[in-house]
Amino acid sequence: MRYACLIYYDPKTLFGGSPEADAALDECATYDVTLKESGHFVMGEALELPEEAMTVRVRDGKMSAVDGPFMETKEMLGGIILIEARDLNEAARVASGHPLARVGAVEIRPVVDFSQPRPEL
Amino acid sequence: MSAADARAAVETAYRTEKRRVLATLIRLLGGFEAAEEALQDAFAAATEQWPRDGIPRNPHAWLVSAGRFKAIDRRRRQARLAGLLPELAALAEAEPEPAMSEHIRDDELRLIFTCCHPALAPDARIALTLREVGGLTTEEIARAHLVSAPTVAQRIVRAKAKIRDEALAYEVPARAELPARLDSVLRVIYLVFNEGYCATEGPSLTRTDLCAEAIRLGRLVVELLGEPEALGLLALMLLHDARRATRVDAAGDLVLLEDQDRSLWDRRRIAEAGGLVERAFATRTVGPYVLQAAIAAVHAEAPSAGQTDWARIVALYDVLLRIDPSPVVALNRAAALGMRDGPGAGLAAVEAVLGQGGLDGYHLAHAALADMQRRLGLTEAARASYRRALGLTRQPAERRFLQSRLTQLAENLPGDGP
Repeated sequence: MRYACLIYYDPKTLFGGSPEADAALDECATYDVTLKESGHFVMGEALELPEEAMTVRVRDGKMSAVDGPFMETKEMLGGIILIEARDLNEAARVASGHPLARVGAVEIRPVVDFSQPRPEL
Repeated sequence: MSAADARAAVETAYRTEKRRVLATLIRLLGGFEAAEEALQDAFAAATEQWPRDGIPRNPHAWLVSAGRFKAIDRRRRQARLAGLLPELAALAEAEPEPAMSEHIRDDELRLIFTCCHPALAPDARIALTLREVGGLTTEEIARAHLVSAPTVAQRIVRAKAKIRDEALAYEVPARAELPARLDSVLRVIYLVFNEGYCATEGPSLTRTDLCAEAIRLGRLVVELLGEPEALGLLALMLLHDARRATRVDAAGDLVLLEDQDRSLWDRRRIAEAGGLVERAFATRTVGPYVLQAAIAAVHAEAPSAGQTDWARIVALYDVLLRIDPSPVVALNRAAALGMRDGPGAGLAAVEAVLGQGGLDGYHLAHAALADMQRRLGLTEAARASYRRALGLTRQPAERRFLQSRLTQLAENLPGDGP
């Protein structure tokens, strides 16, 4: 199964210059290689800060675009990694190895399997 | 040899060796997390090297050794800061594996005992056993238990953390501790089996897998320990499994033991179970699993329902009741008594069990009462008892069965109803 690991962090902490944060940032550079070696890696990208982002919505056929996601929380989505793992437990183990898991948080989302029925809510 | 052959060999090894390689790596590396990483590394290395260097003669030994060296590499990388070097040296010097099948099976048994450790929460034991020993994915376990995958993942993560933090020993317990620890292992195996056997909804394939896995684990424990209760549990599961095809009809309705087509029962499994029960009785220490298996064996060995040896079944229930004086066992004994001595004696016995309390909310107690009343011609009382039973269960197949009994009573005795 494929899992998207969404990496959240507080930019003030991550780029604040603490030794832990700097070490985590250094290790990020090689983490893709580790994932490729273990056969889990599908793709991964780091994201620019939300200042560079815009949000698009279409309502009644009209598009509105605004700058930034204007998130209430301090932690923001800072990167995505797509991995291949046996199950959620393995995905969690892989995600827990990401250096930024020590500074921020990693949300693990199973990628939709379209052969399965839609969820009933 | 082509690259395709090598890839197929890696896939076969992944299917057949993965669990056993993991069990050995947990022992060598001393933890689940490290072993799982090493397992992944070992198969990644196999994917790369087998097409180039050929398929090793003993894939299990190759994978264990590759996983172990990868783990050493990994720790060496992490050890550049910490003072892990002494530990690393110990790991590197550890005795290389003699690839004896006996050792491999011991490792699997060790893994079962760790996963079923009494210090872990009961639902965590089942989830951990199914994932680590049974090789099911977190999502499959979640579907079988009708809970969400993150819930199962949490249970497994917490259980592993507990094993690590409390340093639960990765070993088959010593003789003195064995009875209590074995009890937990057998209970987990039986729960796995029942999950596969009793469920009437959900994807049937996964469920059959659960039964097969429980029987495999039961065999493993028997082969390595040969304890009477382990023999009893394996026999009990084989006897249930032998009747699987006849338990439910084409419409998914329950078929009573007396109405099942005995020609479809798996005679090989019944014979094997009979041998196991005899072996257990020969040790002269019988427990609840052996007795339940012995009772199931009497049913399975009867050529027809009418030829069932009810006297033997009642006698076995008498012994079982002494070991396990639970109301449910007493109810089963009362039902068997009704078969041996007639519905009058059965009715008195069932009423006595119900009179002791504790089973008033149990639908099968009222169904048993109704059965005796029906056979005695007490139609009105029988109808009331079936209705009572119907009000106490939501299980669709059981409801359909009780409903059909009620309908039969109305049809057979048209003048008797209100």
